[in-house]
Amino acid sequence: MRFFASRVLSLAFVMWLVTIIAFVVIRLAPGDPSATMLGSDATPQAVAEFRANYELDRPIPIQYLAWLGHIVRGDLGTSIYLGRPVSTAIVERLPVSLALTLAAFLIAIVFGVGLGVVAAYWRDTWIDRVVSAIAALSLALPSFWLGICLIYLLSVRWPILPSGGFVEPWVDPWDAARHLLLPAFALGYLQLGLIARMTRASMLDALRGDFVRSARAKGVGELRIVIHHALRNALIPVLTVSGVALAVLFGGAVVVETVFTLPGVGRLLVNSVVKRDYPVVQGALLLVAAWYVLVNLLVDFLYTLSDPRIRLRPP
Amino acid sequence: MSDDTLREGIGGLDVSAAISLVVLVLLVGLIVFGPMLYAASPTNVAMSARLQPPSFAHLLGTDQFGRDVLARVITGGRQSLQVASVTMVLTVIAGTLLGLVAGYFHRFDGMLMRICDAFMALPAVILAIALMSVSEPSKTNVIVALTVVYIPRMARLVRGKALLIKQLPYVEAADALGAGVWRVIATHVLPNALPEIIVMGSFIFGYAILDEATLSFLGVGPPPPAPSWGNMLSEARYLVRDAFWISFFPGLFIGIAVLATNLLGDGIRDRYDPRKGT
Repeated sequence: MRFFASRVLSLAFVMWLVTIIAFVVIRLAPGDPSATMLGSDATPQAVAEFRANYELDRPIPIQYLAWLGHIVRGDLGTSIYLGRPVSTAIVERLPVSLALTLAAFLIAIVFGVGLGVVAAYWRDTWIDRVVSAIAALSLALPSFWLGICLIYLLSVRWPILPSGGFVEPWVDPWDAARHLLLPAFALGYLQLGLIARMTRASMLDALRGDFVRSARAKGVGELRIVIHHALRNALIPVLTVSGVALAVLFGGAVVVETVFTLPGVGRLLVNSVVKRDYPVVQGALLLVAAWYVLVNLLVDFLYTLSDPRIRLRPP
Repeated sequence: MSDDTLREGIGGLDVSAAISLVVLVLLVGLIVFGPMLYAASPTNVAMSARLQPPSFAHLLGTDQFGRDVLARVITGGRQSLQVASVTMVLTVIAGTLLGLVAGYFHRFDGMLMRICDAFMALPAVILAIALMSVSEPSKTNVIVALTVVYIPRMARLVRGKALLIKQLPYVEAADALGAGVWRVIATHVLPNALPEIIVMGSFIFGYAILDEATLSFLGVGPPPPAPSWGNMLSEARYLVRDAFWISFFPGLFIGIAVLATNLLGDGIRDRYDPRKGT
């Protein structure tokens, strides 16, 4: 528990540093934020109002603290372009991004672990080589290009799946899955390679273990040896990579949402960047970082559950 | 060629790394000398020749303005590779310096590494997008944004390596003999960390190609009409139905360039890994 508590503290510290980055990044904008945010033709009255609103007339550290105070209370400011609270705009679009991220994660995990296990079991055969080629490609292909190719193949050439849009799962689960399949694959494929490589390496170690030899000697079936004995012992490093994958996928969703015109947080971020809607950009940055921190906490928690050596390690 | 020489590849690299090196050289050659061999203009608009599929006149077809796709892929590649190589060099220099400082001077270590953690809590692309939101979309700014994004990753690696090397007996001996900190760093730490730095540098090159393409694709990279692999895709994705080749080829080149870079990096790593090979 002490291990977990110290992790919570250090991640909270990281999150605090991220708020500083988000604050400073926006302050790097050339000129006064009021000029960039309101445009050059804003009336002096609007500028004064804006400056008072964002407390721009006070010293920078005070401004930061005031901003931080608002954030802690869940107030991310108001979108300049949408004219609505940033938090509302983000929360509205969050389900789309979450659905996409989780579906992509599922694909990456199932195929990544599966391919990794298969490659380790038949190491140095053509199966192993095919898996390593799939993994190498997954680290090299841009997700947006893969998305475009998938659209061409599966919704233009052979129109099997829709090329974009989002259907809410609670309205029509089947149609929602059909709409999510291509984007989730384009996104998930990115992380599939890393997971497959890590699973393969970790499985190779596990398959050499004494417990696998003992299991074979006892006459345990091969499938049971692979799944029950080897894979269970190989999972800890895979868990780490998967955690990173889950964190990264949420960021990668930005690009894939654009390709498949999904109304998620990523599209909101990109549109806001193009329109220079800084409060939304800040809000989205904080959300992505918070996701990363939470996923890391979750992974740490799963660690401590799965391996008593970590739980009991003195800090 | 006997089986053994085949396995050894070029200069001790394995086969896939050696092939990747050749592919990269060919790619750079195409980008540097391509414009001399292939006369078509990358920016000339010819509405009469718009959306033509690949043919002998236009090897990779033409886009919605009748511009030659191959010529644009060549010019766009120049932009991508320029951004990637400058980013890589800057990241290697700055990241190595920061990593050495953090690894060698305990006073700065905690603070520097926490800052790196914070930067790494944001996915590279997201942070780069945010940085681009406050700057003009120019090539220089893309390079700056990507460098800022990658430096913590480089610094982390070098710091870890420096901490390890610092404790090696012969480095401690040099210390005890009174060699100055910077002398120890220059003669022992840096040469020992170099293979890892080179490998990381090659991966940074690959990331930079991908991330520059992503920024351009999202419309916050170097602006059109100057083509880049990413912004070609950005314009072409609305034409997938009518002219798939406009999107297909720029992405294919991104994939080839990044794949070759990564495989070369893997090869160099294996070459220097004492656990591998004989």
